Amino acid sequence: MIVYGVGILAFCMLTGMFVGDLLGQIIGVKANVGGVGIAMLMLIVLSSLSSKKVQLGQLTQHGITFWSAMYIPIVIAMASRQNVVAAVSSGWLAVIAGVGAVALSFALIPVFTKLAQRSQQNQSEATEP
Amino acid sequence: MIIETLQAVMIKNSIITAFVFVAVVMWVSYWLSDKLTRGHVHGSAIAIALGLLIAYVGGAFTGGSKGIADIPVLTGVGILGGAMFRDFAIVATAFGADLDSIYKAGWVGAMSVILGVVISFIVGVVVAVLFGYKDAVSISTIGAGAATYIVGPVTGTALGAQSDVIALSVAAGLVKSVLVMIGTPFVAKSVGLDNPLSAMIYGGLMGTTSGVAGGLAATDPKLVPYGAMTATFYTGVGCLLAPSLLFMVVRFFTG
Repeated sequence: MIVYGVGILAFCMLTGMFVGDLLGQIIGVKANVGGVGIAMLMLIVLSSLSSKKVQLGQLTQHGITFWSAMYIPIVIAMASRQNVVAAVSSGWLAVIAGVGAVALSFALIPVFTKLAQRSQQNQSEATEP
Repeated sequence: MIIETLQAVMIKNSIITAFVFVAVVMWVSYWLSDKLTRGHVHGSAIAIALGLLIAYVGGAFTGGSKGIADIPVLTGVGILGGAMFRDFAIVATAFGADLDSIYKAGWVGAMSVILGVVISFIVGVVVAVLFGYKDAVSISTIGAGAATYIVGPVTGTALGAQSDVIALSVAAGLVKSVLVMIGTPFVAKSVGLDNPLSAMIYGGLMGTTSGVAGGLAATDPKLVPYGAMTATFYTGVGCLLAPSLLFMVVRFFTG
């Protein structure tokens, strides 16, 4: 049944949010620490298990893939409710700080990717006999 | 009478109205993508840009802070595009993602989150100093705002910053998130954002969940789970580092 998939998805999200909130309280910050990430990990583990031991039914999977397909529409709704006026009319300090942070971060993506690939190669060479 | 009744129906069924709104925006965007750019600019990229434009018009019209969702008949857009549905859909994209690539890039992702927070913080700090701020609290709050628009006010509140400085830090974070949404599809190719590893690094460096969610949707939806995975840890790490360790470093230099 489709609702089983939706239920599994919702359960993963609530559990992740719960753990994320607890993590935040434990390290003493007023924020959820990785709740969505933890929920995603739960779902990925579940979906990779499903190919071997636990087989999720076709309809159950539809309950999850429907919301995955709703991702872009939801992101568009998200874009439509941003405080763009504040972002555009915030004065130079905010604009320069925001643009600078984004530009530098973009520039560092290829650098970090290369470093990561190199160390992954080294690791796999080290583990091979 | 017809208009009042229509308004009442739309307000009463706000989320349903939002579905129609989003469907229309997407239809127009994909049509524009096909006719004007012959598919070169992806429909979802146009849709997100159009959404931001609509948000600007809504904000300018109502004076509110929630874009088009401040218009009564479109409050449902605010719910559909709010954190609850956004996170629900992000989690759903993880279904079928490759556990192996995430496992392999796990520590890279963790490093990129920490470095991402520090790098954005430094940029914010430098800009704040250039604009003449001299006290460690204000400088750190603006630095935290360059991380995300949540880290900024959390840090500012924790350190007791003035409200105008907190507002600035929110604005810096908003600029960042809007820019990431619009800019990602244009620079994706030149920074090699086309595989799970670089997507995880991207999510960790950018950190803004809405920016990353929008940016990857407009670039390649298959990369969403990898970028979102690391990005969701960013705000937490930022709220941890900015008011503590990073503030102490700033205070050391400002004396």
